[in-house]
Amino acid sequence: MSVSQTAFRAALLDPSAAIPEGLLDAAAHPAGRRFNVYRNNVAASLTEAMHQAFPVIAKLLGAQNMDGLSGIFLRQHPPSSPLMMFYGEAFPDFLAGMEQLSHLGYLPDVARLELALRRAYHAADSQAAPADALAIPPEDIMNARLEFAPSMQVLRSEWPIYSIWRFNSEEGAPKPEPGAQDVLITRPEYDPLPQLLPAGGAQWIAGLQAGKTIGVAFEETAAQSPEFDLGATLALLLQGGAITSVIIERLAK
Amino acid sequence: MLDDALRSNRLPAAPGVGYKPQHFAQILEQAQPVAWLEIHAENYMGDGGRPLAQLRHLSEKFPISVHGVGLSIGGEGPLDAEHLARLKHLVGWLDPASFSEHLAWSTHDSHFLNDLLPLPYTDATLARVCEHIDQVQEVVGRQMLLENPSSYLAFEESTWSEPDFLREVSQRTGCGLLLDVNNVFVSATNLEFSPQGYIDAYPLDKVGEIHLGGHDEDQDDHGHPLLIDSHGREVVDPVWALLDYVLDKSGPKPLLVEWDTDVPDWPVLRAEADRAQAALDRVPA
Repeated sequence: MSVSQTAFRAALLDPSAAIPEGLLDAAAHPAGRRFNVYRNNVAASLTEAMHQAFPVIAKLLGAQNMDGLSGIFLRQHPPSSPLMMFYGEAFPDFLAGMEQLSHLGYLPDVARLELALRRAYHAADSQAAPADALAIPPEDIMNARLEFAPSMQVLRSEWPIYSIWRFNSEEGAPKPEPGAQDVLITRPEYDPLPQLLPAGGAQWIAGLQAGKTIGVAFEETAAQSPEFDLGATLALLLQGGAITSVIIERLAK
Repeated sequence: MLDDALRSNRLPAAPGVGYKPQHFAQILEQAQPVAWLEIHAENYMGDGGRPLAQLRHLSEKFPISVHGVGLSIGGEGPLDAEHLARLKHLVGWLDPASFSEHLAWSTHDSHFLNDLLPLPYTDATLARVCEHIDQVQEVVGRQMLLENPSSYLAFEESTWSEPDFLREVSQRTGCGLLLDVNNVFVSATNLEFSPQGYIDAYPLDKVGEIHLGGHDEDQDDHGHPLLIDSHGREVVDPVWALLDYVLDKSGPKPLLVEWDTDVPDWPVLRAEADRAQAALDRVPA
């Protein structure tokens, strides 16, 4: 009796499935609960990976609920690669689709924030532009384009995800208030640093990522968010080492 | 078959430990920490950041062994070409003292199951494993060591004993072997064979590295002991005794202490490495 890996895997991921025939103990009895060692290894190691990957979601739901949810998730979405550092990409959408969690509408975006923190942690290293890179005449600044560090991440949410993340990660952080929040993640050295973006900041950064100049992106942003604070947004990026180069194209005279 | 020029295992016949990031500072601060370090390849396949920075730093001071846990060499399907390319990249820039993987499978239909799953020892498995190892050694460009698994059950269809199977793989591909004596002890207990008999049949001349680790104890449906390879505690005395039995026959080898779950403070791990050193000290070089 031969056991295919297709049959082995199916029984691994389904605790109620029959154990494949042809697996034995030392006395040639059917393997029985010995097979459960593999079942437990797979489920426990992936559940542990989910706890490590989404500590704030685990805190919000409670450890037991997180275990249960991970058990469903890992069977619907087994890892697609051996790089466990990136496991859970599908978790935000999975959370959004769980009807029992629909009263916690912020969970998917908080999970996206936790995924982004991990992407930032493992992103390629880069050299920040010098602190005086923007100490240039104002008309040059407006015509400049920016390149960003691979570790930089921006998240936009209808929910106060930064406050929720902080309240569940930092001792003594203030209680979240309702409201939309956009988050900038920089990686000054090796530890990703999430910070609240001023209104319009995310739109302005998206404009620069699309290749627009500081000036054009500013005008587009200010049209929608008149209170947009360019200086404060630039300062966050510079302090986080998120700007890697300032490209200045002087207009021909 | 592997070109002789690619046989480049440079681990010292001394104790090393599985590297855990929480021990980084202590390892660097100690005057005589351990002789070498082993990393799990998959944890160093990001694009940058702290893991790679720490690894670059450690590799300046210690011989490093790259130990893959995700290649699925025994998989029925083809090897994951992307993953193989990542291994080639890591081994390429790091130029580790040793590179090893497992006689197991973990990926099927592009689903990675995050465990080392067992193989039947048949002619078909042998042909497939050898083909995959040939491919790995060709792509990565150096010899690999193949590690024996912990077994919790046996396959009715198996026609080879594990030591004979490993010897044949090594002869056909030119790969070296990584002998995990804890795995031998766990499998021997679970499948009721003699661990010393296993060692007597095992090609010790192919061994480039020896693993030691802790296991948990459970029972099967019939009340028989069922040991589980957990790497979450000290190496037990019978495994140290089995190590002595191996070293008496093989002579000194690079010894690695693995501790992957409930990772202890550095002094506890260091004490295990000291015990490995004592095992080496009683063997004539």
